[in-house]
Amino acid sequence: MIDTATATGDLSEVARQLRLDILDSTTKAGSGHPSSSWSAVEICTALYFGGVLRYRADEPWWPARDRFIMSKGHAAPLLYAVLARAGYFDRELLWTLRQIDSPVQGHPIHGLLPGVEATTGSLGQGLSLGIGHVLGGRLNGLAYRVYVLLGDGECEAGQIWEAAMAAAHFGAGNLTAILDYNKFQETGPIAREMGLEPLADKWHSFGWHVDEVDGHDIGAIIAKLRTFPARPDQPSILIAHTVKGKGVSFVETDFTWHGRALPPALAERARAELLQGGPVA
Amino acid sequence: MQLGSKAGYAPATMPLRNVFGEALLDVATDNPRVVVLDGDLGNSTMAETVRKAYPERFFNLGIAESNLVGVGAGLAACGLIPWITSFSSFLLCNAYDQIRLAIALSNINAKVLGSHGGITLGKDGPTQMGIEDFALVGGLPTFTMLVPSDPVSMRALVKLATDHVGPVWLRSSRLPLPVIYDEESTFKIGQANIVRQGDDVAIIACGIMTAIALDAAADLAAEGIEARVIDLLSLRPLDVDTIVAAARDTGAVVTAEEHLLTGGMGSNVARVIAQHHPVPMRFVGLADTYTESADPADLLVKYHLTADDIAAAARDAVAAKRAQG
Repeated sequence: MIDTATATGDLSEVARQLRLDILDSTTKAGSGHPSSSWSAVEICTALYFGGVLRYRADEPWWPARDRFIMSKGHAAPLLYAVLARAGYFDRELLWTLRQIDSPVQGHPIHGLLPGVEATTGSLGQGLSLGIGHVLGGRLNGLAYRVYVLLGDGECEAGQIWEAAMAAAHFGAGNLTAILDYNKFQETGPIAREMGLEPLADKWHSFGWHVDEVDGHDIGAIIAKLRTFPARPDQPSILIAHTVKGKGVSFVETDFTWHGRALPPALAERARAELLQGGPVA
Repeated sequence: MQLGSKAGYAPATMPLRNVFGEALLDVATDNPRVVVLDGDLGNSTMAETVRKAYPERFFNLGIAESNLVGVGAGLAACGLIPWITSFSSFLLCNAYDQIRLAIALSNINAKVLGSHGGITLGKDGPTQMGIEDFALVGGLPTFTMLVPSDPVSMRALVKLATDHVGPVWLRSSRLPLPVIYDEESTFKIGQANIVRQGDDVAIIACGIMTAIALDAAADLAAEGIEARVIDLLSLRPLDVDTIVAAARDTGAVVTAEEHLLTGGMGSNVARVIAQHHPVPMRFVGLADTYTESADPADLLVKYHLTADDIAAAARDAVAAKRAQG
């Protein structure tokens, strides 16, 4: 078991490296969603490198592995950076993102890369897949946990609430959703475009255990996830309050970066900020 | 209305959907990895046979097709073999995007039953009818597409679909269909079956239209036109050899489908014939229209899916062939 107190410092460095990989892969590709990826870096760092997920990078389809489903598929650059760092495949593959003949597709495609559990990119679909893995685990007699990373914008999709209803109905205590609540969707602030609030109340009313956390506090994320499930037959959601574009000041303050890679000159500014840990004078 | 009676087949005894229910129960009994997912229509699709026998492997996801498909895909990713069942229209039209990403693009081992295909569900009307399923599943390139035409082929294709590794869609319908095949008949994915020999014209049909085509062939025989009737069964992959041989041997081809002509089976058969051995073709199917609530027999007449319609198309195709000399 990793000692969270001492490991968190190292994990912050892991998070920094993931942000740099996201920056480099999307800038080289000339497209992609770095800001949506950066907002969930600490969440994925906690899961993969904070002792939460049980996985075997050298046996990616180990039947008893915990599942991680990236429902917000546009954060593919984050997923790829995490999987490469975890040892699922050669990190050099990251620099083939969105290039011809590469398995590193713009959005994740199941079956092309080890560790990619689901095809996502049309939003709202990942939670349903997670329920399938829960029911499959029961039939196969395996006691793994299933984690689904949701975007906030995709919670506008009806399928999310179909799945929320079903997860509670089937008593999916081993299902955890983590909501990357960065408060922005493609065309603007969520509250302006299609408000989600009261969001915690919605999940409560669907029968879920709900908790909230600072989505950039790795130690806090790990600690909260360890308290799940509150009841063995109740699905859980951790609403992680995040900042879209986290780590790069001029992206954090400008939602129009959604779906855009940084051009090389700006990427150098972003790299300097990420290396320094704040805006460069 | 007794389909196949002119051609001498015994009257149907059981709606095709009931045969599906029995066939599904058989594969669930043979293979413990088979699981069944229902969109709250198990008593209509007849998937409920498995609910009664193996309740632990049956999941009703309620009236929520998007989630139904996603949960099924997740089960498939765990090595189980899901049969995702509902009305064709609801599954494909509500959950097309989910079928596309979670099953087709993922090339995952899931089976989709679209029941109540075509217009012969009848009185429930056009909201429930699946008249666009061939076109929609056609847009999912990794899917195998199977359309049984009688009880024997239904049992065989449900088993073939279950054993095949990869996405499979299978159409079921409500109408009772006569037994066309016997114990010796063979079925394979990608194999069309010749159910009547003849060299004057070929009628390529699927689903309920196969029995109707056999009735048409009986009428045509009385006029001295011997029709070869081909039961397509597998809409993808297509049996190119059997289709091309039919064009070459007969020189005139009619297709017959309980589906829109636009994007339908006939247009795919025409693509094969146009490329390999062009001959005059005629097409029986639904023109660009929705139908209505009515008795199935009345619908078939009004929307031109009868043996008379097929026979007229065949005569026309034969005349065109002869005109070409």
